[in-house]
Parts: sequence; structure tokens; C-alpha cells
Amino acid sequence: MIRWLLSTAFLLFLIAGSPAAGPARADDVGQIKVSKGTVSVQRDGRTVAATVGMGIRPSDVVTTGPDGSVGILFADASLLSAGPGSVLAIERFVFDSTTHEGAFETRLQKGTLTAVSGKIAKRSPDAMKVRTPSTVLAVRGTELAVRVGEPGE
Amino acid sequence: MKGRARAFALGFLALSLPLAAACARPVRNELVVLLPSRDGAPAAVEVTHGRAQAGLDQPYDATRLRADGRLEKGRSSEGEVRGTFGAALDAQPLRPVSFTVYFLEGKDELTPASLSVVGQIFAELARRPAPEVFVIGHTDALGSHASNDALSIQRAERMRDELVTRGLPRERIHVQARGKRELLVPTADGIAEPRNRRVEISVR
Repeated sequence: MIRWLLSTAFLLFLIAGSPAAGPARADDVGQIKVSKGTVSVQRDGRTVAATVGMGIRPSDVVTTGPDGSVGILFADASLLSAGPGSVLAIERFVFDSTTHEGAFETRLQKGTLTAVSGKIAKRSPDAMKVRTPSTVLAVRGTELAVRVGEPGE
Repeated sequence: MKGRARAFALGFLALSLPLAAACARPVRNELVVLLPSRDGAPAAVEVTHGRAQAGLDQPYDATRLRADGRLEKGRSSEGEVRGTFGAALDAQPLRPVSFTVYFLEGKDELTPASLSVVGQIFAELARRPAPEVFVIGHTDALGSHASNDALSIQRAERMRDELVTRGLPRERIHVQARGKRELLVPTADGIAEPRNRRVEISVR
């Protein structure tokens, strides 16, 4: 029993000590779980450096530098990740955690994106969409990768 | 007559220039690849480009948008995906892991087996960056949606309090309730089933 308590206390110490663990806010719809190199988030006309644990909200635009990559987990358990030189806009995220109804729309302006759909797409097959400058992807499940090259490439 | 022809030609030129400019706007190369799904769930993506559409439903099915604006369906490969999307794939967050706990019948206490699950939950939390816990209450199919929604929230909140008591910061925990919408053991509506009266803990 004491051993169990000690190991639990140790684990709690680890959890409490994990980086930039800001409390979740009500209007957050996802959270940055992985951030490498230069990653920033544009919100309300301001640009802030992304950190692990930072909340993501609808209308955020996530950009990665030439050395950057980022992974975000959303409230419906879907996940998105972007490689270097990417511009990814979270345009809409609505999720009813009881019925699983909702809508999830993102736009990859350039770069690379991988997506794993979650409960929104499972419940409503046309509710998750990824847009690029020229195409619209209706994601019915489950894992996909999208690349938008530079103009004239 | 000559003048009119020239005016016509100029007019045509004036009209067609913006059109030509629009056509000459460089189209970005776009590649879409359906990846194998890790849990074997059915996968499909519908790609729409103007009036052109292509459905991807097999792993490594792909569409490419060509420089001339044509959408072309074809195949990709594990090697191309690794080469093109390696950095993005390496940045994918860990997938959520789910645990299920049960309460003793009519009591606020976890079953002995569920107590050891709590230990596993804390171990899973420790290996994740910025970990969060989603506590999701479920009921069996006995009763109305309204009563089951309320009951499943109660169960989830009870489990949240249990985790807080054991030291997990409250702001890390999200409470959700599914009522009777997601039965673990499928039954007809109105059937009592203890295994469906559960709380799912999704560590993310």
C-alpha cells in the first residue's frame, strides 16, 4: 500500500512537472501535444509562439517554420499534425460530447498535414472537411495525408 | 472597316487578358493520400476539385492536382508517404488510450479490479506531454435518454472526484456523458445490463 502511494506520488510529481500545462479553458477545442522547432499560433490578430499544452480555438491559424512541426489533439479525439513550412487554419470546430454531433473544418494553405478523424466524422460522415487552395476533402475516416506545394513547384 | 476590325481585336484582347492571367495563375501541386487506419476502421476520403471528384477508399489511394489543373487519381506508397510526410507523421500526438472502471452495485466505491485500473491510468498520464483525462459516463439501455444522460453525468462526476481525491488536478479532467448511446454490450432498448453501467476514462 505504501509502495503504491509512493509510486502514485511520484507519477503525480511527473504529471505536475510536465511542461506548460496550462489549465484547459472552456473555449479550447484542442490542445497542442507536440511542438518542435518554430511553431506559432495566430489568434485575434496576434502571433504567439506555440507551446506544448497550449489550447487551440476555432479561427486559430497554426504555422510552422522550416524546422517546425506540430501535433494537435482535439476534443472529439481527432488529431492533426503538420510538417515544416505549413499554414493550417482551424476554421470551425463544434462538438456535442453527448451526441457526438458536430462539425470540424480546417484549411491547409501550404505544407503537409496528416489527420486522423475522431468522433465527429464517425457520427456524421460529411462533418469533417479539410480544404486546400484548390480542393475540398470530405473525411469519412480515418487517416490521411495532404500536401500543398509552393506555387509553380 | 479596318478600324472596326482593330477595335474588335483590341476589345477581344482586353477581355481575354484577365482570363489568360487567371488561367496562368500557378496551380499548386496538391497530393492527398488515404493512409492505412491503425484500428482497421473503414476509411474513405472524397476529394472535390471544381466539378471533378475522386473517392479514395483503399490504403495509399491518392489524388494529385497537376499543374494544368487536372485532378488525377492514382496510387501512392509507404515510401512516398514516409518521404513526403515524415515530419508530420513524427509530430502526431499519442493516440488516446481508454480504460473502463465499474462501481460496486449501489455504492460510491470502485470494484477491486477497477482500483488497479486507476494505477494504470496514472502510469499512462505520466508518459504523456500535457496529459488530459476525459471521463465519459455510460449507462445501460434501461430508461429514457433524459434519465440516462443525467445518470451518466453523475457517474462521470463521481469518477472525476475519485481521480481528484487521488491527486489529479481537477482542471486536467473533462467530464462527458453519453447516456445509453454507446453500449459496451449491445442490447435491445429497455434491457438492464451491468457491463454497460460503466465509466470510460480516455487518457489523451
